[in-house]
Amino acid sequence: MTIRHPTRRDLSRATLAGAALVGAPAILTSGVARAQSGPLKVALILPTSGVQAQLGIACRRGADVANDVFAAMKIEGRVEITTYDTESKPDVARTQAEKAVAAGAHILCGAFDSGQTIAIAQVAEQRGIPFIVNIAAAPQITEQGYKWVVRNFPTAPMLITSGLTLHKELFRVTGKTPKTAVLMSVNDTFGTAMVNGIKALFPKLEMPYELLDIITYDPAAKDLSVEVAKAKATKAELLMPVSRLNDAKLLVQELVKQRWEPMGVMNPGAPGLYEQDFLKTMGKFGEFHISNVPWLNPKSPMTQALEKAHAEKYPNDQLDLNGGFTFEAMLVAINALNRARSTHANALMEALRRTKIDQHVMVGGAIEFDAKGQNVNIRSACVQNLKRKPTVVLPADSAAAAPIFPMPGWNDRRRG
Amino acid sequence: MDFALAFAQAITKGLLTGMVYGLMALGLSVIFGVMRVVNFAHGEIMVVGMYLAWLGFELAGVSPLVSLPAIALLFFAAGYALQAGLITPFINRPEHQQFLLLLAIAILLVNVCLVLAGPDARGVQSEAMFDSYAIGPLVLDAVRVHAALAAIAIAGLLWAFFTRTRTGKSIRAAADNHMSALVVGLDVRRLYAFTFGVGSACVGAAGALMITIVPVNPFLAAEYTLLAFVIVIVGGLGSMTGALLGGLLIGVSEAVAGLLLQPSLKSMFSFGLLILVLLLRPQGLFGGKAGT
Repeated sequence: MTIRHPTRRDLSRATLAGAALVGAPAILTSGVARAQSGPLKVALILPTSGVQAQLGIACRRGADVANDVFAAMKIEGRVEITTYDTESKPDVARTQAEKAVAAGAHILCGAFDSGQTIAIAQVAEQRGIPFIVNIAAAPQITEQGYKWVVRNFPTAPMLITSGLTLHKELFRVTGKTPKTAVLMSVNDTFGTAMVNGIKALFPKLEMPYELLDIITYDPAAKDLSVEVAKAKATKAELLMPVSRLNDAKLLVQELVKQRWEPMGVMNPGAPGLYEQDFLKTMGKFGEFHISNVPWLNPKSPMTQALEKAHAEKYPNDQLDLNGGFTFEAMLVAINALNRARSTHANALMEALRRTKIDQHVMVGGAIEFDAKGQNVNIRSACVQNLKRKPTVVLPADSAAAAPIFPMPGWNDRRRG
Repeated sequence: MDFALAFAQAITKGLLTGMVYGLMALGLSVIFGVMRVVNFAHGEIMVVGMYLAWLGFELAGVSPLVSLPAIALLFFAAGYALQAGLITPFINRPEHQQFLLLLAIAILLVNVCLVLAGPDARGVQSEAMFDSYAIGPLVLDAVRVHAALAAIAIAGLLWAFFTRTRTGKSIRAAADNHMSALVVGLDVRRLYAFTFGVGSACVGAAGALMITIVPVNPFLAAEYTLLAFVIVIVGGLGSMTGALLGGLLIGVSEAVAGLLLQPSLKSMFSFGLLILVLLLRPQGLFGGKAGT
């Protein structure tokens, strides 16, 4: 019997075989992980504290009921949502996005505010994670060539064009046209984008009124008495606010106190006036204000399912565009997962780019993104606060009530 | 005509808000004038006052103007205890140690507010918040008018206390000459605690008035501390008249700057005023000679 001593070549072969044997499970596991389509981990990054807290919380409610609506609508899969608070600050938004990526989020979603959204978009680009924008209108979000960002919300120029077109339609329907207007706007990223957009688009849209002044202010303002006094001094017949929530309340409070009675308070596409907290705290002084914003399509079966799920889970809270768009962000995410069959970032992003969702909740055409990642099929509605509820009054084919313009005076409401 | 009216409106609004500012700064000025302690927790104490008034309104529907006396009393007691228990040992220590102590109290108060009430803005919302008075074409915010009248009444009471009562006169004597006050047998430690109590009551009352004008959140505290410092430096550190008139000056300058320039730039005006005063009259507009 001879014993063959192993040569150096035998040793190398054995090492390779051993390494292959040890490494195979790891490679197999990795392959399975990339192919599986289990719960999709969504990092929902929103301002749930600070000056925009109530708006961020309204957004979160829309996401909270997403899995219930998916089940009701027989949509495969579910989202596993982790919420991160931006404290209404862009720098915190960025930190939270980093934290979400480190925690293994498959998709980032948010952030209601343009400044915070831009901060998150930068993280998404650097880390190669898909980012679905639920609400944010600053044009640069989809104009900077980002490869990991899609936005299912109109840009500021889209909002303004739709909003101002609806202004003209309202004047036509009611037969009353103001001759002058004043614009009051927050000076944050969103407000600045809106003001610049209005300045650029106003002449092109041939508006029937003259814009007398543009007054900007800090979104965290505690007092708008000087700003409103300045606007009142212009004697404008129409007030166009580009506001958030708290400042919208301060603004209307000052209008009443300073006894300024314009024909209407009508925004060109901005939050603040339709929010539940605005309607609750302003009471009868919150009535008749008009928002020209994208709104929920009451005729869509998915909207009805969303309204039902929302009412069951949050019986005391109103479903508005914040909840609607954030739900749609979850819908876009789950739709991408179901087509990608993978939670891998590249596969998800590729699926997001090819999105086409015909049945959804907001007014407008199918959800699909252009080469820049922007959904260009969203439309606005003219939503007036009537009987303490935001009600669609235009366009006529989806109106639930007739518009009231000019609005009744403050003293008529005190007596009412 | 329209601009003249807007200007008059801005001046009136500035005067009304300035009176509440003045009351707030009065507390800081009284404490510094008597004890030579700079209260760096001033804005934080004011914010606690705003929260208490808000709480009274939310839980029991009590108007801040009604809960004001109770808040002032509570703040007097808390200020007295704070001075007697915590600040007295620091009176003769270096200024940086006093600064650190009061800064620690400030941080503590802000974080307690944050934990208990959260970071969101809390305001008092009622029908009365929409009221106004018209004097000819001039429209006055009813809430500001009430707050200003209350601030004037409190400042008047404070003046009467310091000029008409034995304790008030003793406090002024101790402020004028600490050694002589000790020699004639005044209990200076008790007087100091009383002074800190009075200063805290002033700022607590100012907080109860301010919540009717602006909503509160914990982060406002630093802003109010800074504002109080601007007012007392412009008016003259330690001068009661200076604090009140400084408040009016800052209130009016902010309102007018908001009207004439961009409203977002209105705070710049008051800081500009501060720099001017520091350059041209470092002792403040109504203060004595520097160093006296």
